Amino acid sequence: MKDQYIEKTHHYGRIWMLLTFVFMICVPIVISVYYQAFPQVSNVLKGLLGVAPIFWTVAIIEIVTFTPMLGTGGSYLGFVTGNLTNLKVPCTLMALENSGYKQGTKEGEIISTVAIATSSIVTVIIIALGVFLMTPLTPILNSEVLKPAFDNILPALFGGLAVVYVSKNAKIAAIPMIFMIIIFSVFPSLASAVSLFVPVGAIIAIISARIMYKRGVL
Amino acid sequence: MTFNLNSTFLYIVAGIFILFVLIQSIFFLVRALNESKKMNMDKAVLRKTIKSSIVFTIAPAIAILLGVISLSKFLGLPLPWLRLSILGAITYELTAAASAASSVGISIADAISSADTYITIVWVMTLGIIPSMILIPLFLKKLQGGMSILKEHDPTWSEHFMTAIFLGMISAFLGVVFKDVSQGITGFISVFVMMFSAIIMIINGMLINHFGIKGLKDYALPISMLSGMAFSIYITSVIGG
Repeated sequence: MKDQYIEKTHHYGRIWMLLTFVFMICVPIVISVYYQAFPQVSNVLKGLLGVAPIFWTVAIIEIVTFTPMLGTGGSYLGFVTGNLTNLKVPCTLMALENSGYKQGTKEGEIISTVAIATSSIVTVIIIALGVFLMTPLTPILNSEVLKPAFDNILPALFGGLAVVYVSKNAKIAAIPMIFMIIIFSVFPSLASAVSLFVPVGAIIAIISARIMYKRGVL
Repeated sequence: MTFNLNSTFLYIVAGIFILFVLIQSIFFLVRALNESKKMNMDKAVLRKTIKSSIVFTIAPAIAILLGVISLSKFLGLPLPWLRLSILGAITYELTAAASAASSVGISIADAISSADTYITIVWVMTLGIIPSMILIPLFLKKLQGGMSILKEHDPTWSEHFMTAIFLGMISAFLGVVFKDVSQGITGFISVFVMMFSAIIMIINGMLINHFGIKGLKDYALPISMLSGMAFSIYITSVIGG
């Protein structure tokens, strides 16, 4: 689909992302210059060694897994604004589901971009308000009563989301779901590496779907 | 220059970057809306998309704010404000900060007092998250080209393929909900919350499809999520946790 809008979205998206990259690098440089504090490269590398192997792998996984769901504009914006799994991806899936458009169509592209942009703007506003109202808000948000609610935001989110997708695609969902439930029940320590299991789930789902498709079961 | 984790200077740096990302979001939103007009897309659908996205975002955004609060004890407010407003997620930022802190021999239990330590952590957090900024501009178009070929070759399988990717992600996050079940009944709290949220979604579906309450459709997911969160407060108080 050589659509003019999509082509230009790639063009603008790359420019915005490049600018974001420059801004990102500028933040530590500006802070260093202002405070005349320059870190030892060995310390930075040591710290990076603890996170880069996982973060960089997860970044590649997220790009491969999430970009087909987010669309073109949504991917450029979503990867800049972050919080993909807990916010941008479910928000896009919900918006596409409700609109009736499919990702991969131009209408789907518009809907996903609108959903991600709106969600990003609202997130920035809420966090900014929270930061400036930190003193009165902290005791409320940190209260013991509300703690379980925020601890359980992902089960609450994915429970609802699963009904929408699993009920429509029970055959494709069955095998990866059973596999994941067994894996995490038996090896709970793997939960901290859940992002690494997203492609595992996707590959299992794709293989089982392919077999069923070839056999005419889907 | 005396170092202060919450200095006006750091707030200004964070504020400028966040403003830049806000402008970026507005740019993409306006472009998409302008294009929708050219395509004569139904305005009501777009309005609903915006409204439901706003409602849906509120609870997760407050959860992100909690992440800002917890990181602020160690990093001050401006840096977590910046990192969780853009790019990052609490799981990444906490791990990156902890790894950087250990590389300079301190723990994340205390507020940072030296600019050297702070800047080391900022660099680690920045470099740890940078690959997507490079990979997306380089490979997104190629990746989408591959999807288009798949779609042209076999449209039905292409749709199943996309669904399988969605479900792969959902199944991984549903599986994680079961991680504490070996701990006894309290380990099932998250499972009960997920089930409650699913039940509310089923009820929403019935109200929409059988009772014709179509207006509920755009808010079904936020309603089930918030109901699940509210239920978690109740169930935790009943069975402990």
